[in-house]
Amino acid sequence: MVVQEKARPRAAPRTGAVFLRGTIQVLGELLITAGVVLLLFVAWQLWWTNVESDAKQTEVIKEFAQGLGTPAPAGPETTAAPAAPADFGPPVVGTAPGHAGTIGIMYIPRFGDTYTRPIVQGTSQDVLDTLGLGHYSNTAMPGAVGNFAVAGHRQTHGAVLDNIHTLVPGDKIYVQTKEGFYIYVFRNNQIVMPSRTDVLEPVPTQPGVTPTESFLTMTSCNPRFGAEERIIAYALLDSWRPAAAGPPTEIAAQMAAATGRG
Amino acid sequence: MYAWIFRHLPGPLWLRIVFSLVLIAIALVLMVQFLFPWMSHFTQFTDSTIGSADQP
Repeated sequence: MVVQEKARPRAAPRTGAVFLRGTIQVLGELLITAGVVLLLFVAWQLWWTNVESDAKQTEVIKEFAQGLGTPAPAGPETTAAPAAPADFGPPVVGTAPGHAGTIGIMYIPRFGDTYTRPIVQGTSQDVLDTLGLGHYSNTAMPGAVGNFAVAGHRQTHGAVLDNIHTLVPGDKIYVQTKEGFYIYVFRNNQIVMPSRTDVLEPVPTQPGVTPTESFLTMTSCNPRFGAEERIIAYALLDSWRPAAAGPPTEIAAQMAAATGRG
Repeated sequence: MYAWIFRHLPGPLWLRIVFSLVLIAIALVLMVQFLFPWMSHFTQFTDSTIGSADQP
């Protein structure tokens, strides 16, 4: 009898307790949801943006190759010809396209046999996040005397310059434009603070000096998963080939695979 | 909360499971399309440019 009387109010709890329990449960579920969303965000940023950007950049390269018209390598005899290095005179410099226009394609064999990335005008987020390497539009065009400077993501959005620290002095960097092929030779890396705009000077890090050579400067994040610093890669123009002369033999196969022509 | 939503979905059990999966898919698409790109503006570890040259 006594037990029954005391058990009755416990069996039917007050509405206040029900409300509190419900609130805590919803709050807990929301917190778990927030945790799952943050994990998904990390997965999206570190993995999915690469998938999206790789697909987009492959498309941009195909489009650019189609815009070139008739393919330069007309057969095995033209790809075999460049065995004797020819002098094609001073490099022809193209005109800069408008914002987000494709300048050309960059091939860096050190980054792998399939490394082909589009070079697009501008360094705003819409270019760098999807289209590939962004050209600092206030710097020189490929082959011109001065500094041809590009930026690229180290991680996420295609990770176009992920392996920038693996370049070895003497490594060749090929830039293909409508005009032809510019062959740069990697010289050195430098790690600087993000405010060092002088690396984009016509003669990198030497403001006011009149350039006599053609530089290629690439900037990316440093460290790999951070942005506290910037890693810079400098290269110098070694030679150039007009488009009519066909691609350099070193990248002929790579180019055929990337542009969808053989 | 999720139990409440599941209880209020119409139809038999299998249909409610299908509905739940569709709702999860919609939530994922909305996150990838809108939420994550917006959130990425607050993570600055992807900035690879020098100075403020040409930045929007």
